[in-house]
Amino acid sequence: MILQDNLGTEGDTVYAALMAAHEGLSEAESHALNARLVLMLANEVGDPARLETLFKAARDLA
Amino acid sequence: MAYAYTPFPYNPPPGLTAPEPRHPVVIVGAGPIGLSMAVDLALRGVKSVVLDDNNVVSLGSRAICWAKRTLEIFDRLGIGERMLDKGVTWKVGRQFHGEREVYNFDLLPEPGHKYPAFVNLQQYYVEEYLVERAQDFPDLIDLRFLNKVTDHKGHADHVELTVETPDGPYLLETDWYIACDGAGSATRKRMNLPFEGQTFDEHFLIADVEMETSPFGDHDTPERWFWFAPPFHNGQSALLHKQPDNIYRIDLQLGPETDPKAEATEEKVLPRLKQMLGDAPFRLDWMSVYKFRCARLERFVHDRVVFVGDSAHVVSPFGARGGNGGVQDVDNLGWKLAAVVQGDAPTSLIESYDIERGHGADENMRNSARATNFMTPKSPIETLFRNEVLTLAARHPFARKLINSGRLSQPCTLAHSPLQTAGDAPLRPGNALIDAPLAGPAGDRWLLGEVQGQFTLLAVGGITAPDIPGLSRIGIDQSQGAYPCFQGKDGHAQQRYGSGFLYLLRPDGHVCAVFDQPDRAAISRAFARAFDGALDCAKGATA
Repeated sequence: MILQDNLGTEGDTVYAALMAAHEGLSEAESHALNARLVLMLANEVGDPARLETLFKAARDLA
Repeated sequence: MAYAYTPFPYNPPPGLTAPEPRHPVVIVGAGPIGLSMAVDLALRGVKSVVLDDNNVVSLGSRAICWAKRTLEIFDRLGIGERMLDKGVTWKVGRQFHGEREVYNFDLLPEPGHKYPAFVNLQQYYVEEYLVERAQDFPDLIDLRFLNKVTDHKGHADHVELTVETPDGPYLLETDWYIACDGAGSATRKRMNLPFEGQTFDEHFLIADVEMETSPFGDHDTPERWFWFAPPFHNGQSALLHKQPDNIYRIDLQLGPETDPKAEATEEKVLPRLKQMLGDAPFRLDWMSVYKFRCARLERFVHDRVVFVGDSAHVVSPFGARGGNGGVQDVDNLGWKLAAVVQGDAPTSLIESYDIERGHGADENMRNSARATNFMTPKSPIETLFRNEVLTLAARHPFARKLINSGRLSQPCTLAHSPLQTAGDAPLRPGNALIDAPLAGPAGDRWLLGEVQGQFTLLAVGGITAPDIPGLSRIGIDQSQGAYPCFQGKDGHAQQRYGSGFLYLLRPDGHVCAVFDQPDRAAISRAFARAFDGALDCAKGATA
């Protein structure tokens, strides 16, 4: 699990692109987009053990 | 204590009684940008007339955060050390979420620089120092206060101006009209030029307070503190900076549904400030309520009218990219305009100002718009992401880098400019110089003080700089020869510039080209390109 910065100088660019992906959507549509995105990123990571660690790290802050 | 605004004298200009000969340069606006422009040109022997409709320095502190690169430019112009002495030096920013600190950053972690990451100093002091500096050149700078430009007419090779004074109007002619008349530029409006970009809905209150007890509390420390959802200001954001004379800058986000006129009253402002400052006594020195805006002219050069600073581009203030961007405009334009006026370069060189500083303006606008979007989320989902970044940041380093309360002004790279020659070295073409401490025969020096202002060939380590007309030379870590040589101190110069390289440096402190051989022909080609590299672009622009 990578929790150190992995985006370098592109962090702001990626964040702005993520906000742009939500531009103009209703709140419900945005939540649906987020869900799709999480599933797509999980597929991208492709490693159940790493994903499990990430799910837990996110859940721990809830 | 409150700043004493002393009016500058008005003297009836000669044009009231007899026509004046055509001037090489007229600068409209005596703010920090116009005055810097006049001093830069004077240092190169170019005369200018500076016109301003007012006769006092900026009312209110306005631009306060002067970045390292700007201070280095002001060092060349002759007021950098004065700013450093008077100003408040800082380099650490702290970001809070509620009462808890979530992230801090150090903008200049390494030593070995003459100037710090930032100096906070009220704009009125900077203008005062620049006016005094301009008065060092009585034969070159003609400062005319209470001279308001009411009309101008552009021609292919000159501009005619109508100027209003307390004694009536007069006419002026100039080869170059430099519009430094600020965000509300009357020059721009007369020319009907679109000024397009993005206005943000959020209102902000900006207030300067004078107080004996530091609002930084026990930490009393010159830093930049930023709060998301501060405990003292319901659900919004807040920023705190220290200035000289016990003056503190406070920015409070007020939200979109706000009446700016009603907010900019003591009745509304004092209770807000008391929530933040508690019972400590303070005096309200200045306040303003405004909306953020990012906008620019499509082109900064219109024949003989050149826009510099806020007249050309405005950005939202979080990131200190307004005043700093403007001073970098001056640094970029000064040597070019002087070369064109003195007949050493084709007029097309001015086009490269449009290309290079247009690029800088875009970078500044992009950064400030992103910071503003992060600070003022405009939908529930943006708010959700912003808040979860802050939650993650408490535990995970990656999220700390995403917190954006303003990406503070950095010089942009000119790598893609037509004036540069590509090459490889520890500091690549297009980058702004990095200062370094040097020891020389006459004592300790700073690299920037030795090389800025003219084209210079810098030789580091075992390589000799050839003698090329028009290029000054200096060496680091080599034995004394035909040009001044220095020893790098504490390894900083070596670490920043390597060894065995020649750097061709521009007068505005950017690397123009690099060489690992003393190839006279290649260096001469790169030097020539720095003057005529924009020829093709100029042709393209008129096509």
